[in-house]
Amino acid sequence: MTKGTVSGVIANMVTLRVDGPVKQGEICYIETGGDRLMAEVIKILGQDVYVQVFESTRGLKVGAVAQFTGHMLEVQLGPGMLSKNYDGLQNDLDKMEGVFLKRGQYTEPLDADRLWDFTPLAKAGDQVKASDWLGQVTENEQPLKIMAPFQMEGTATVKSIAKAGTYKIHDTIAVLTNEQGQDIEVDMVQHWPVKFAMTNYKQKPRPFKLLETGVRTIDTFNPIVEGGTGFIPGPFGTGKTVLQHAISKQAEADIVIIAACGERANEVVEIFTEFPELIDPHTGRKLMERTIIIANTSNMPVAAREASVYTAMTMAEYYRSMGLRVLLMADSTSRWAQALREMSNRMEELPGPDAFPMDLGALISNFYGRAGYVYLNNGQTGSITFLGTVSPAGGNLKEPVTENTKKVARCFYGLEQDRADKKRYPAVNPIDSYSKYLEYPEFAEYIKEHINDQWIPKVLALKTRMQRGKEIAEQINILGDDGVPVDYHIVFWKSEIIDYVILQQDAFDEVDAVTPLERQEEILNLVTDICEHEYSFADFLEVVSYFKKMINLCKQMNYSPYKSEQYYSFKQQVQDMVAQAAQ
Amino acid sequence: MATAFQKVYTTISQITKATCSLKAKGVGYDELATIDGKLAQVVKIMGDDVTLQVFEGTSGIPTNAEVVFLGKSPSLKVSEQLAGRFFNAYGNPIDGGPVVEGKDVEIGGPSVNPVRRKQPSELIATGIAGIDLNNTLVSGQKIPFFADPDQPFNEVMAMVALRAKADKIILGGMGMTNDDYLFFRNTFSNAGSLDRIISFINTTEDPAVERLLIPDMALTAAEYFAVEKHEKVLVLLTDMTSYADSLSIVSNRMDQIPSKDSMPGSLYSDLAKIYEKAVQFPESVGGGSITIIAVTTLSGGDITHAVPDNTGYITEGQLYLRRDSDVGKVIVDPFRSLSRLKQLVAGKKTRKDHSQVMNAAIRLYADAANAKTKLENGFDLTDYDNRCLDFSRDYANHLLAIDVNLNTEEMLDVTWELFRKYFKLEEVNIKKEFTDIYWK
Repeated sequence: MTKGTVSGVIANMVTLRVDGPVKQGEICYIETGGDRLMAEVIKILGQDVYVQVFESTRGLKVGAVAQFTGHMLEVQLGPGMLSKNYDGLQNDLDKMEGVFLKRGQYTEPLDADRLWDFTPLAKAGDQVKASDWLGQVTENEQPLKIMAPFQMEGTATVKSIAKAGTYKIHDTIAVLTNEQGQDIEVDMVQHWPVKFAMTNYKQKPRPFKLLETGVRTIDTFNPIVEGGTGFIPGPFGTGKTVLQHAISKQAEADIVIIAACGERANEVVEIFTEFPELIDPHTGRKLMERTIIIANTSNMPVAAREASVYTAMTMAEYYRSMGLRVLLMADSTSRWAQALREMSNRMEELPGPDAFPMDLGALISNFYGRAGYVYLNNGQTGSITFLGTVSPAGGNLKEPVTENTKKVARCFYGLEQDRADKKRYPAVNPIDSYSKYLEYPEFAEYIKEHINDQWIPKVLALKTRMQRGKEIAEQINILGDDGVPVDYHIVFWKSEIIDYVILQQDAFDEVDAVTPLERQEEILNLVTDICEHEYSFADFLEVVSYFKKMINLCKQMNYSPYKSEQYYSFKQQVQDMVAQAAQ
Repeated sequence: MATAFQKVYTTISQITKATCSLKAKGVGYDELATIDGKLAQVVKIMGDDVTLQVFEGTSGIPTNAEVVFLGKSPSLKVSEQLAGRFFNAYGNPIDGGPVVEGKDVEIGGPSVNPVRRKQPSELIATGIAGIDLNNTLVSGQKIPFFADPDQPFNEVMAMVALRAKADKIILGGMGMTNDDYLFFRNTFSNAGSLDRIISFINTTEDPAVERLLIPDMALTAAEYFAVEKHEKVLVLLTDMTSYADSLSIVSNRMDQIPSKDSMPGSLYSDLAKIYEKAVQFPESVGGGSITIIAVTTLSGGDITHAVPDNTGYITEGQLYLRRDSDVGKVIVDPFRSLSRLKQLVAGKKTRKDHSQVMNAAIRLYADAANAKTKLENGFDLTDYDNRCLDFSRDYANHLLAIDVNLNTEEMLDVTWELFRKYFKLEEVNIKKEFTDIYWK
């Protein structure tokens, strides 16, 4: 293997003089003071190679030796990843010693000694291609497929396959014979370079299946779909992380991968403190059982931050290849972009807008492009739904990361400072936010079949009312309460009903935090009935007091357990109020 | 400083405002050196060319200055002897006392493994309702005051520090005026708590670049007490905007491409490295904690500037002070202030109605703000508007003002009293289970 010696150091960018061939993106280890520092090649100029070091370079001297590995940044994929807390380079954080992260400490991502109950799915003589399913093990009650090597070319024949029984991940569970007649021994572990997308599926259609999140402003107003993409931009303090955590707790997914990318460590702590206690509302099992955390918090090395989102995406692709529904959340993609900027700056590249690298847009769109709903080669389906947060500088959405993300993500959940200041949470702006999926005929068809054919028209009608309500609120601000007709106040307060009852949701209330789809349908119908009723009031004060009372009742209803006596009682009171209102 | 076995270099090839370059061998990145006795740090190595950043600036350095490499990064001697002492940015005493003996620890050390942290859950009571009621602080939290330079943030911070019942209070002063330095010194000394205070001070009279060492010095001391002595440590950093200004000076002199507001592109990571030192350790490693309360001064209240903006994304909330002209007092602004960790204690370590009461009061205060706008625009006010305005005055006076000193139970009772005084039950929008108990 190629060797190099350190010839220069600027922060985490190191130049090496090498004695042999080097690959762009290759991983090497630099030895200094007894530590081995992992680094990635980012530029090659003749014998001079620029690498970004994933650790602190303190004390590194000219002349230190670097050993190249011949491979790019890879992850190990296999059973045993669920419930794990990894860093951005897939080190198992729980296996690391000491309170502090020691430099140069790398741990195995998978447990080599754990035994798995294996069941074969293929049999000798079967023809298989890369990623085809050979067998199955079960982790946390989730069946996981053992697949033919992802990198295998052409078709191979199964020569032998292990009998049902217990095996370790590195035991040979199958032998395949490839087209050249060579035997390939297959174990349960795959390796994949994180920067390359896995394209081991037959087809990627437009996604159409609603992904239930239990968050009303998403499911009812701007739904996301299985295999869809969305992003949540918002200034600090508007509740990006709370919203993301709510989605990751409640969404109907088989696997949830959370990439905490350059964010606060305490937010990760919150996940691994709470998730082991919380119950997945769809399966009744512990939430942690389906969750993987990739933690590269803001104080961890910057270069590994960039790697962390790719590590998370590659894991998601692995599970998708098994026909599972994966939800991937990255908080925040802006930090990833900033990591790119720091490095581009040290490389003295000509900067693009706001000093970000010129290829930022291409990187973002390639990354979002890896999500999606797919038909696998065996006809099964799998999906990666990707939701990223964006932290726009100064809360200004006209900045490169937001703008480039907007071009590729299909759902936009814009968090608004004004709503957050008024404690109208989740602070998703109801007017500017959108879901392109609402316009997909495939999606409309799906909703018609699985909910009813009135759902989408009703949602669109309420959206129009929100828009109208906002316009009227502006007029009232200019003309005064008495300066507009009483009817205007009614229109405004109808939009307030929609806001308070559907859009606002208390993420910290046990009941209100999650609204199952069935309950959302009831709320949608109720709010539609309230809005479609024609009211007549003597003056605007009557309007205000009537609707405030109504809002209060609806909120009490939202706080009541679904289908409880209390729930029905509040609902009845609301319906009575509507029925008795003067026409 | 040179000892017998150290090699002395005497040929400096390049001198800029902040850096010196020379040919040297065997130098480590981040290593310290002295140039004619002035402290400097290695910031770039290219082959034999080593670039040193000189903390106090390069004025007066000749090309034949004596350069000695010290073979280590900046460090601090830590021990119980730190308590009660005042130091400069290099960790040398400035109070005339003896040099501290102890373990030599490199500053800016590694981060805590996130899985070794514990979720913060211990309330820090300050007696100020604008904080305890609306923006409850939790030990292990990091939170700054966003304030204009004329606001009394240092006074509030000192008050919070003294009431917080911390085992150690560590003050990191960056670009602090001498008057403010003396203010802290006198306040702590009058409160009889000087023995639990440790200060690292860089005043406006000291070189700006030296400031860059202050947070790491303060936090290295904090980690010593939190990790090895299992203590509750409160770190006060004022003012982080001066710190960021120094970062931009250095990056500018290093010819780096500036990003927003002339700040270096790495500003977010630089600030995060400091603030993320805030931590709550689990009982298994002694249960110590580091809480950081900082100050970020704003220019003209502009929070979109890169420094407050990046800070807001890193810290767990922010506190705003504002002069309320209606009551003539400085209040903790309930709209823009936020403590992200409050839900870990509100209603859990405090009374169950805490969150709902807090939100209802802020909502009504927002209605009062709307009524005020209406009034200013010359529109008639409704009865509800007037009641909101009356409520907001009482609320600001009895709860939001920084001169309040109550326990949370009292704060909640006072709020309920104000609700009953001015509003109807359905106007407060609080869960029935609480109105049944407290709406009497």
